Amino acid sequence: MKEFLLVFRRDAVTKDAQLSPEQMQAMMKPWQDWMGGLAAQNKLVSSGNRLDSDGRVVKPDNVITNGPYVETKEAIGGYIIIRADSIDEAAELSKGCPILKTGGNVEIRTLVPMD
Amino acid sequence: MQEEELIPHLFRTEYRKIISVLCKVFGIEHIEIAEDIVSDTFLLASETWGLKGLPKNPTAWLYTVSKNKALDFIKRNKLFNDKISPELKQTEMISDNIEIDLSNKNINDSQLQMMFAICHPSISTEAQIGLSLNILCGFGGDEIADAFLTNKEATYKRLARAKEKLRTEKVKIEFPSPSEISSRLETVLTTLYLLFSEGYYSSSQNTTLRKDLCVEAMRLNLMLVENEQTNTPAANALLSLMCFHSSRFEARINKNGEIILYEDQNEELWNKELIEKGEYYLNRSSKGSRLSKYHLEAGIAYWHTIKNDTTEKWENILQLYNKLLQLEYSPIAALNRTYALSKANGKEEAITEAEKLNLAGNHLYHSLLGNLYTNVDTIKAIQHLQTALELARTVADKKVISNKIASLKGK
Repeated sequence: MKEFLLVFRRDAVTKDAQLSPEQMQAMMKPWQDWMGGLAAQNKLVSSGNRLDSDGRVVKPDNVITNGPYVETKEAIGGYIIIRADSIDEAAELSKGCPILKTGGNVEIRTLVPMD
Repeated sequence: MQEEELIPHLFRTEYRKIISVLCKVFGIEHIEIAEDIVSDTFLLASETWGLKGLPKNPTAWLYTVSKNKALDFIKRNKLFNDKISPELKQTEMISDNIEIDLSNKNINDSQLQMMFAICHPSISTEAQIGLSLNILCGFGGDEIADAFLTNKEATYKRLARAKEKLRTEKVKIEFPSPSEISSRLETVLTTLYLLFSEGYYSSSQNTTLRKDLCVEAMRLNLMLVENEQTNTPAANALLSLMCFHSSRFEARINKNGEIILYEDQNEELWNKELIEKGEYYLNRSSKGSRLSKYHLEAGIAYWHTIKNDTTEKWENILQLYNKLLQLEYSPIAALNRTYALSKANGKEEAITEAEKLNLAGNHLYHSLLGNLYTNVDTIKAIQHLQTALELARTVADKKVISNKIASLKGK
C-alpha cells in the first residue's frame, strides 16, 4: 500500500463559479459521505484540511505577494491523504470526489516515504 | 438479606474497597498480603456470624477486623518490619501508628488510584481487564474465566503474571501528575470500554455474569466522573454511551439467551431511566474542544434510543459514523456505517459501497449484504446469508442468521 496526496482545486476567481453559503452547506453532506466511504474502506490516512482562499507567497529579497490564488482559476481548496495499491487505484477512488460536481478537479501525487 | 446471601454480597461490594486501601498502605508489590488479610477477614466473618449471629453493622465489622489484622500483621511480621517499615518510615509513617483509613473518601481515592495503577501502560490490555475484574470488582478467577470463555487454570496463571508485572514495574498506587493525567486516563477509559463491551457483546451464555460486567464497568466509570480530577468530557461521553447501550439490555436478549435484533426489539423493555442518564452524561460531555470516539459513539447510541425511523435519525447516525471512521477505522464501524447509509441514502448506494469494503471473511459483512439485498434480489440475499452462516462462530449468531434465511425462503 502506498500513500497519495489528493489536492482539490477549484475556480476561486470567476464570480459565477462561487458557491453561496447555502450551497457550501449543502456540499457538506456529499463531502462527509465521500470521506466516510474512503474511511470505511480503511483507505483514508488523513482527513487533511480545507484551505482559506487568502494566502501569501514569500519570494527572495523580502518580496511578499498575495496569492497566487488571485491570479489562478485553479486555487487549492483543500487536501486529504489516502492509501491505495497504485496511483491508478487512487485515481479511481478520486472519481467520487464531490469537487468534480462543482467544476473543480483532483490532483493525485504519490507520497515519497522518508528513508 | 439472609446471611448466606449477605456474605457474597459484601464480598462483591467491600472486598475491592479494603484491598485498595490496604494495598496503598503496603504498596502494590505486596498485594498478596492485602489479599490474604481480606480473605481471612471474610473467612472469619462466615465462621463468627454463623455462630454468633450477624453484627449490627456488618460492613463496619469487616473494616474493623481487616484493619486490626493489618495492624497485627505489621507488628508481628519480621519480614515486614525489616524490609518495608524502613520505607514507610521514610514517608513518616512509623510502624506503630500506621493509619489504615477506611473512610469513604480514602476508600474512593484508593480505588481510583488503584484503577490508574492497574491500567498502567506497562501492563497488557488483556491483563488490565483481568486485574480490574479481580481487584476492582471482586470477581474470582472462576468468574473471570467464565466471562472470557477461557479455562480456569489459564486465567489464574494470567492474573498471577499480571500481578508479578505490577510488582516488577514498581507501579505506584497514586494519582498521576496533572500533566500525565489525560494520557493515563485514556488507558483507563479504554479498559473500561473493553470491560463493558466484553459484557455487552460477549459470546458467553451466562446473562447474569454479562450484565455484571456491564454494571461494574459503569460503576468504575461513575467513580471517574464523580472525581474532580478525572471528570473529563471523554469520561462523561463513555458513561453516556454505556447508559444508552445498557438501556437495551433486557430487550436484546430473550429468555433462551438468544440475540434479538434492534429492529425486532420491544421498546417497552428499553430502560427509560438509563436513557435519561445517558442524555445527562452526554450533555455533561459536551465541553472542551476534543471530540473523542466516545462522544461519537454516544451520539450514535443516543439516536438509537429513538425507535422511529426518520430521515433525520439515520442522517445523523450516518454523519456520526463518517466522523468516527475518520477518527479510527474498525470493521464493525465500517459495516454499521454502510447500514446507516442504506437508511439515509438508499439501498442501491449502500450495496455499491458495501462491495468495496473488502471484508468478505467477516460473517457480519455477509449478514449486512443479506440485509441490503432483501427485497432487492432475494437470491443474492440468501446466498450472502448462507455464507454468513458458514462463517459465524457462535450459536447465537447462527440462530439469528438461520431465522433470516428461513423467513426469506418462506416469501
